[in-house]
Amino acid sequence: MLRHETIEKNVILLAVLTLITVSIGGLVQIIPLFTIETTIERVEGVRPYSPLELAGRNIYIREGCYVCHSQMVRPFRDELERYGHYSLAAESMYDRPFQWGSKRTGPDLARVGGKYSNEWHYQHLIDPRSVVPESIMPPYAFLVRPLKFDDIEKHMRALQRLGVPYTDEMIANARADLVAQANPDADTTGLLARYPKAVVGDFDRNTRVVTEMDALIAYLQMLGTLVNFAEVTPQQLRQ
Amino acid sequence: MPTKIEKDALTGKLTTGHEWDGIKELNTPLPKWWLYILYATIIWAAVWALLFPSFPGLSGYFGGVLGWTKREDIAREVAAVADARAPMFERIRTTDLEEIRRDPTLLRFAMAGARQAFADNCAPCHGSGAEGRPGGFPALIDDDWIWGGTLDDIVFTIRHGIRNALDDDARQSQMPAYGQILSRREIEDVAEHVLSFTGRATDAEAAKRGEAIYAEHCVACHGEQGEGVRAVGGPRLNDAIWLYGGSRDQIIAQITNPRMGVMPPWQGRLDEAIIRMLAVYVHTLGGGE
Repeated sequence: MLRHETIEKNVILLAVLTLITVSIGGLVQIIPLFTIETTIERVEGVRPYSPLELAGRNIYIREGCYVCHSQMVRPFRDELERYGHYSLAAESMYDRPFQWGSKRTGPDLARVGGKYSNEWHYQHLIDPRSVVPESIMPPYAFLVRPLKFDDIEKHMRALQRLGVPYTDEMIANARADLVAQANPDADTTGLLARYPKAVVGDFDRNTRVVTEMDALIAYLQMLGTLVNFAEVTPQQLRQ
Repeated sequence: MPTKIEKDALTGKLTTGHEWDGIKELNTPLPKWWLYILYATIIWAAVWALLFPSFPGLSGYFGGVLGWTKREDIAREVAAVADARAPMFERIRTTDLEEIRRDPTLLRFAMAGARQAFADNCAPCHGSGAEGRPGGFPALIDDDWIWGGTLDDIVFTIRHGIRNALDDDARQSQMPAYGQILSRREIEDVAEHVLSFTGRATDAEAAKRGEAIYAEHCVACHGEQGEGVRAVGGPRLNDAIWLYGGSRDQIIAQITNPRMGVMPPWQGRLDEAIIRMLAVYVHTLGGGE
């Protein structure tokens, strides 16, 4: 029987025993992640962000949209009634960092894609109160300025190293795809083959320049649209 | 150095037996009520961990004796509510829209449900009182319908939306950008003619010139007297209701480089019964035909 006094008076022994005790807590959480096959639901449809959506997501983060908007429909009935199917881990598996958020000054945005028209998003971002008089959201009219995207390949390459399945083909076509998505007259066959369900459009009444507004609206318009929940059964969601 | 546990003469309390440089530590234990609550929470945690999903394992996790999962829980809850609603929803789905409007029970149910659905889904564009918003979001409380104001027209529009890429049956129409077809002068003349529908033309000669151009390019969608053609979603031009503004400049801008509204399809996003309830609701707002 190790006496308390012995441990207290032997600093090496104390350190070793403390380390063992503390590491148990961590190992119990970490080790299973190496052996469990997946903690993410097996659903079809989730793909990496298209270059324009990715740029829009960066603006979303830059402007701190997550401070007022969550992207996480919780499994409660009132939320299901208002926003649609609860969020799945799979839906944010390519998010680095994820945008679940924890504060809802504005509504949840996890399923906002397709709910409003591009024009509505444009007017709403320029002047929120012009379409929603009771809104307290600040205006983002300054987003109508050219998008800086000369580093989009590097960004995708970095995400690729972190495990996001961007192919070399996707990275090679990044700039072309980015420009094509903001122009309804462009040839988008390649873009849509690489990024199914990507919303193509003239998001800001201007097809000549790709603006930050284009990117942000393209991102908002795809949120929550990738998984077809009509074809997903609760059994499939069991991990 | 542990010494003997002894009674402290000053306070009357026992010491812990620890002594440093002649200073002895008094034993002041935590209150009993506090300790018992602590023990109770430890037992509570152990029981909870046994009943509900808790410990991770090497190939999964311990799911708990009760086998409870939040996702099955919410599925049951949603199913229970759906069951409770089912009889009324079924009636709403199968009853003719006109019939719903005449049946007081169904109408009351439809109006109550649709008011909520409208606030959640429609109000951002059409306004919380359906009064419309400037910039192409039409009011639903007047009798100026672009695609038709009968119950069937409204339900179709809600189901499939307008000019969206998501629904193959969405209502489609496209106004050409006349800035690339007509000269600036011709566009001004047409605008003058359009203004004449509401008696606002100031240049009779220009309006006259515009009439010929109007007859060639605009009549098919907007009608001879600017009364609009609903089959193709051509808005009326001979009333005071304008989607993108009715001033001369705004009309010229719209002819030159038209803006066209997009409405998303709600089929799939909303239950068919709720779509039908919304149609009845919108129909009652003032302009239903």
